[in-house]
Amino acid sequence: MTSAEPEPKAHQAARGSRRLLSRPVFQVSERLSGKLASLGWGIASISLFALIWELFWLLGWADPRLLPPPHIFLGDIPNQLQYFNTSSRWAVGSAQTEAPSEMQSLMTTVVSTVARVIAGLAIASVLAVSVGVLARYYRLLDRLTMPTVTLLSSVSPIAWLPVAVFLFGIGNGPAIFMVVITLFFHMVLATVTQIDNVPANMIQVARTMGATKRQVYLRVIIPAILPPMLMVLRLNMFAAWMVVLVAETTGVGYGLGQIIMLARNTFNPSLVFFTIALIGMLGFATDYTLRLLQSRVLFWLPEKGARRAI
Amino acid sequence: MRSDNAFSRRDAVVCRDVGKTWAAGTSRAHEALRDVNLDVKPGEFVVLLGPSGCGKSTLLYLIAGLEEATEGIINAFGTPVTAPSSDRSLIFQESSLYPWLTVWENVAFGLSIRGAGVKERRAAALQALRNVGLVAAMDKRPDELSGGMRQRVAVARALAMRPKVLLMDEPFAALDVQTRQKMQDFLLTIWRESGASVIFVTHHIDEAVALSDRVVVFTSRPGQIKTIVDNPLPRPRDPFSPEAESLRRHLTALLRDEVDRAFAEQEALGG
Repeated sequence: MTSAEPEPKAHQAARGSRRLLSRPVFQVSERLSGKLASLGWGIASISLFALIWELFWLLGWADPRLLPPPHIFLGDIPNQLQYFNTSSRWAVGSAQTEAPSEMQSLMTTVVSTVARVIAGLAIASVLAVSVGVLARYYRLLDRLTMPTVTLLSSVSPIAWLPVAVFLFGIGNGPAIFMVVITLFFHMVLATVTQIDNVPANMIQVARTMGATKRQVYLRVIIPAILPPMLMVLRLNMFAAWMVVLVAETTGVGYGLGQIIMLARNTFNPSLVFFTIALIGMLGFATDYTLRLLQSRVLFWLPEKGARRAI
Repeated sequence: MRSDNAFSRRDAVVCRDVGKTWAAGTSRAHEALRDVNLDVKPGEFVVLLGPSGCGKSTLLYLIAGLEEATEGIINAFGTPVTAPSSDRSLIFQESSLYPWLTVWENVAFGLSIRGAGVKERRAAALQALRNVGLVAAMDKRPDELSGGMRQRVAVARALAMRPKVLLMDEPFAALDVQTRQKMQDFLLTIWRESGASVIFVTHHIDEAVALSDRVVVFTSRPGQIKTIVDNPLPRPRDPFSPEAESLRRHLTALLRDEVDRAFAEQEALGG
């Protein structure tokens, strides 16, 4: 008993100091291992899918001329890169040697599509959030706009395609317009819904402290809808990626949509799947960027909650 | 028990024949309150007690000025209530702190609405946080606090406005029993020090016995004052004294009829 008594104290002290010392290290390693784990699962998920595809090819169920498995269409990349060279397709008479290199063409294609997605997404969010907030702020505006917004939000982007061309001709204009028009109506409805979901207590408290309607909107409603609106933004980013390809099948000089069209017209499945893989990676990367942005902007959200929301 | 004084400047809150019908004039009209007459003296602690959905929270909103009475008049310190005022601070069951602000910024929110400078805001927040014993937490965010601490911040936020009337809508209902008792003691201290009147909504009889100077018992559908019971127990109170026990029994009996009636109505609706 007597010999055992000092032991727990020493234990406690040791444990205490160890906890103090090792805590940050522990947290960092936990975060790192979490990231590694999610990276590992990502690789596992894609590998599983690729493996099944390869298996189908091995068994002869997937015709490599129609559904070339990853090792074929990825191995064919050097051969396919030439199709990204838009100058060889569009500028008739220019020699291949004068054209930008294949890597340059690939970058031009990717960057122009990404830029259209981001521009469309940015314009659509700013417009939609403004219209949504103003609609809730001014009753008259709400009554005048909401029926039309609701009516138009079920229109397919395909239907807007001719409108985009009528209004903006060719180039970046129609492509960005397509992204904006596809996202806008949904995002207005989402904004209005999020405003209605702000807990009444938060608004009442501000009102009892003498806040004007303007102050309630600026100080309470807008910060309160930021987290759900960033979530809406992320979901709409995927929609933007989907519609930008449709938009780019019209007369834009370059872009991933053009590549898909080219691949379709020239019956080139390897190019289709390479482009799909490229779009998948770009979509993932933009989503990841938005997620980082989310945790930066929404610093007040508890990490657990934020992670659950993601 | 009902006092029928004429309007008095000395009364903190006076309700005369107050009624509230939601969606009045439509087919969905629903009478929440009828013929409420109530005087609250400055510095008095009044508890509104009744079954859920009896309109006691509605009365609180009317007094706060967040909703307009469809019948009757409400005066606060001699002036009719037409809009919210920082004289009357409202505290909810859920603390409704702003998660994007730190504790002290939450407490100073009302002052920032008035356009006070940072120095003044910080000083006032510190003072209010000192009153609730949470100075150490001033730079934390609400999510880092426990439920009881959040409610204390909400009380500090209300106190920072130096209100003459504290309106509390089941403020401790979401807390566990031990925390709730602590919070009741804490509230009584705050109340004594601030000298404000408190109108406190609850459906807990123990809470009414522990806190009130007077208990206003409500009937439901529409909410009406059934009776007003004086609470003569000397403070500090012993919840286990025979007097407290008999008051508890009295209030329980008064409420039981109402709860039975509410149940019968719900069953009729359900069947």
